[in-house]
Amino acid sequence: MAANLATSLEIATATDPGMVRSHNEDSIAADAELGLAVLADGMGGYNAGEVASGIAVAMLTTEMKQALLEHEPHKMAEGGTEPLAAALVRENSGKANAAIYQTAKSQPQYAGMGTTLVVALFFDNRMAVGHIGDSRLYRLRNDDLSQVTRDHSLLQEQIDSGMITKEQARYSQNKNLVTRAVGIDPDVETEVHTYDVEQGDIYLLCSDGLSDMVTDEDIQATLDAMRANLPLAAKQLVQLANDCGGRDNISVILVRIVGDFAAPTGWFARFKAWFR
Amino acid sequence: MAKLIMSLDNAVIREVPLDKERFTIGRKAHNDIQIDNLAVSGEHALIVTILNDSFLEDLGSTNGTLVNGNPVKKHILQTNDVVEIGKYKLKYVNDTNAGQATVQDFEKTMVLRAPMAKAMGAGPAGSFGDTQINPTATTTQSPRQTAAPSAPKPPETLAAIQILTGNSTGKELELTKNLTTLGKPGVQVAVITRRPHGYFITHVEGASYPVVNGKTLDAQAHQLNDHDVIELAGVKMEFFLKNG
Repeated sequence: MAANLATSLEIATATDPGMVRSHNEDSIAADAELGLAVLADGMGGYNAGEVASGIAVAMLTTEMKQALLEHEPHKMAEGGTEPLAAALVRENSGKANAAIYQTAKSQPQYAGMGTTLVVALFFDNRMAVGHIGDSRLYRLRNDDLSQVTRDHSLLQEQIDSGMITKEQARYSQNKNLVTRAVGIDPDVETEVHTYDVEQGDIYLLCSDGLSDMVTDEDIQATLDAMRANLPLAAKQLVQLANDCGGRDNISVILVRIVGDFAAPTGWFARFKAWFR
Repeated sequence: MAKLIMSLDNAVIREVPLDKERFTIGRKAHNDIQIDNLAVSGEHALIVTILNDSFLEDLGSTNGTLVNGNPVKKHILQTNDVVEIGKYKLKYVNDTNAGQATVQDFEKTMVLRAPMAKAMGAGPAGSFGDTQINPTATTTQSPRQTAAPSAPKPPETLAAIQILTGNSTGKELELTKNLTTLGKPGVQVAVITRRPHGYFITHVEGASYPVVNGKTLDAQAHQLNDHDVIELAGVKMEFFLKNG
């Protein structure tokens, strides 16, 4: 684990039940020292949604913490073509899936619960992003906001197949149907990709309570205006979603890359890192 | 439930409820809706209904399929759309929006089962009609009003700030955006946010906080009133509401 991660990442979080829902089914966790950000948007009757998203976030943070003590995420995964970080994200999302699935099966009041998930693991000037469902990760780089993850939703598939345009999608009735979720089936396929990060980048992980209520332009304007004050930006995004109606729970994790966190490579660098 | 009202020369022939996922339309007998007319192709068109949405696809018919007078290959049907096949008109009516579901119900995120999801993903773009849709136990997909992300409603009165001291004295800045930043990056920055119930100033960065009417603000957002005087990075400015 790179010892300088904690000083290279600045993280701010905010979560809010919104204006309509009585309780918050989103769960979030972020740890700059681990370089980990996790956001889950639970679904299911009564409070099962909270249980599902809670399990997902707890599983991922504890399992990742343990795994990062034992492994160096920038090394290549054994026999694989991806860095270990990506493999860890996939493996631990799978564990979270199994845990939720088992809980739902063994306790009838939680039957059918599930959650979306988006997780980012920062390592060696890169990040591994895993996601399932319609929670998103955006990147703000040089005044340009782009959506990094592609929703696993009926709507996204309709857009991809050319059935409807992005403009029509805003008015679709099927906004709330996800095609993949954690904890619904015994196995889940996590979509994992690795990206290079640059100093100055700001990453936004959010639940659909933000992205459904607030346009990308407004998200970008807020991040632009408040990039100097990350906690305020997070708070402002939640407020903006609430001002637009706040129909769903809103969760936001902002991660800014403030410094270099390349994994030590040469023997001397590794030697030095050992003493830190 | 959505239905099609079929008519010929303005005379209604029959009503077809779209009570199953796939409805084929064509001249041949095996179609769900058979139109025995030579202008209609054997397999002319297909309507796939997924929960509340119905999708129309022309199956490469000879004479084409029109919706509201325009030829279409694929189309999401909206209520009162008129589909024309040959001389026949099929009016699509979806009255489920008259339902009485609460906001709570219809905005809940639901999952489509994974095997189906894979089928959706794997299918080539042209064959969406082959996909089997089988939502989870909660099939009571309730109607929902369409809701697009929208900018928060701005307050009714426009506002502006006017610089009172320094080089740009007298300069006026209209607050037309939801967020307006003031000050110098790296020194002191504040932002004025436009919200449905008014304008608020919030400190963003810098060691010192903005001063409004001689009082230093804290980290909280502060609502601005007409003719408030703001001091920021050594510059005084006045906030005022504009009439009309």
